[in-house]
Amino acid sequence: MADNHEPGSRGPGRAARIGFGLFWVYVILYFGFIALVLFRPDFLSSRPFGGVNLAIASGLGLIAAALLLSVVYMVAARVVESPGRGRR
Amino acid sequence: MLYESSPVAIAIFASFVLAVIGLSFWLGRKGQSAKGYYAAHGEIHWFINGIAFAGDYLSAASFLGICGMIAFHGFDGFLYSIGFLAGWIVALFVIAEPIKSLGKFTFADALDAKYNSRGIKLSVAISTLVVSIFYLIPQMVGAGDLIMPLLGLPHAVGVILVGVAVTLIVVTAGMVSTTWVQFIKGSLLVFFCGVLTSMILSRGLTVNTGSLEPQTRTVTPDGRVLVDGEPQTRDHDLRPVGTLAALPERYGDATTTGPLGPLEYLSILEDSRIVTWSGKKSTDSSGTHTVYTPTEKAGADLLKPGGYFKGLTTGKLADKLDFASLMLALFCGTASLPHILIRYYTVKDAAAARKSTVVGIAAIGAFYVLTLFLGLGAMTSGALDPTSTNMAAPLLAKSFSETLFAVISAIAFTTVLGTVSGLIMAGSGAVAHDLVENVLGIPMNDDEKVRCGKIAAVGLGIVAMALGILFRNFNVSFLVGWAFNIAASANLPALVMLLFWPRTTKEGIIAAVTVGMLASLGWILLSADTFEKVYGLSRDASPVPFSQPGLVTIPLGFIVLIVVSLLTKAQPQGRPA
Repeated sequence: MADNHEPGSRGPGRAARIGFGLFWVYVILYFGFIALVLFRPDFLSSRPFGGVNLAIASGLGLIAAALLLSVVYMVAARVVESPGRGRR
Repeated sequence: MLYESSPVAIAIFASFVLAVIGLSFWLGRKGQSAKGYYAAHGEIHWFINGIAFAGDYLSAASFLGICGMIAFHGFDGFLYSIGFLAGWIVALFVIAEPIKSLGKFTFADALDAKYNSRGIKLSVAISTLVVSIFYLIPQMVGAGDLIMPLLGLPHAVGVILVGVAVTLIVVTAGMVSTTWVQFIKGSLLVFFCGVLTSMILSRGLTVNTGSLEPQTRTVTPDGRVLVDGEPQTRDHDLRPVGTLAALPERYGDATTTGPLGPLEYLSILEDSRIVTWSGKKSTDSSGTHTVYTPTEKAGADLLKPGGYFKGLTTGKLADKLDFASLMLALFCGTASLPHILIRYYTVKDAAAARKSTVVGIAAIGAFYVLTLFLGLGAMTSGALDPTSTNMAAPLLAKSFSETLFAVISAIAFTTVLGTVSGLIMAGSGAVAHDLVENVLGIPMNDDEKVRCGKIAAVGLGIVAMALGILFRNFNVSFLVGWAFNIAASANLPALVMLLFWPRTTKEGIIAAVTVGMLASLGWILLSADTFEKVYGLSRDASPVPFSQPGLVTIPLGFIVLIVVSLLTKAQPQGRPA
């Protein structure tokens, strides 16, 4: 656990703050989707792209978004924590 | 339906189990330290750990339950996939790093790092045990259900077989062998689901004209099973169901599409017509009758929300709240599951924890995309058992070949092994490290700690076997939903507030964990679903407005924590300056 900063010693680390931002992005996507399922199911059965309907497209999109955000976070955290930036 | 036991399935399953137990003994051949037993020395490579996350997380409910739900009800099963995966975002972005830097072996360690309070350790250890046991029951029941048709053994034998195998794995090398079992299972599961999906796509969609006569299954008061009034035998059994009635008009008279791309498959299915079956139960003096009747539906109706969660279309507020509550519990639950959290202690630092979560999300996300195709492939395979949604995935494999059926069935068993070993590991840590050492204050040296953990694991294995036999008639995915609700209600408020609200007190944490756990458990025991399916009472007798507690009990945990913390903040003792 060598490269962990002590909790509370200097507030949440920069990596944690980036993670928090990305977390809220996903919260909006996920609960936006749930709201559509609850209140606008007809909209989700529309097929704006011709092929698959919006319900399946957004479901697959949410899975892809989770992976994309997690990769962004991993890379961003590595950049802000790299020794070249003066943090240990 | 009756199944023939397959010697190939037995051979594959037996060789896998023996190989894994052999590996466990080999890994555990050296003497062990407590850090080795509980946290695999903190030396697991991040990639192995990431796949092990998938092996830990993708339980029988994910594999069998979601496939079956999609096969019988369409899109709504995929909502579970979406929710189960979304939970990892909370785990990665909010919980992973602090958990890693605060704790040592268990989740109670992390919550208690600031306060050193026996009350916290006690309440968190109890909530860990409650969640683990609620999660264990459906896994063990699933094991028994699978072993009955596939290996031709009674339910109880399946449960005991899994229980003994898992206990051996955990006891021989603790977290090290648990991790390897989960790694092997995770990779096999994702790989073979990929193989199955590519076979579905290359087979394409074919119109199959099965008989659409309703079928009746009767269980007589003396326990005999009748099919359409005659005793059930191999030759006189329920017909397999789940067929494609018509392809889109543009196919004209053609009855098959040939190989399809993934998106093409979905869009053609949407323009097709599909026959799904549902059962209706009635009881009279001659026994319990279930009549299965077919309904032809437009593909577009099956691929939109509302097939399983009826409340989405009826517009009743309580039903909408029930659904919202479930999706909230899935989102918050993952990051509060003790057997997932302990996996953060097996890697060496925060960067490795992050990397392994990304690998986990990739493997789990890929798997959930595949479940959509497996479910829809099963829906039109003409091979479904109308009595059992859980058998959809293995029967889909059977529609390709017997060998694939044997392989997929064996993998379904290993799915149970991987998840159950993680749960027993988490429970053994809670008992030995949290309860015996920290709460009871019994000092233990390193060897004793390991021995105590192993004794706890054996005890939990026995409890798991007993519960698996006792709860054999329960619906598997139903119980998993409960475990997520309890985990999220009891653990998440404490975790989040401890990390992000400096005025949190130890009394606040104890109160939030206790109230969250009891409130969600109580709500579940009083819910309409439990009244109907468990006590056999009328749904209307239930005093709570909807069945899933999360929407109420997760915020309740936060409120209790804040109120109690504010009330107790004047007492400085017990808190380091």
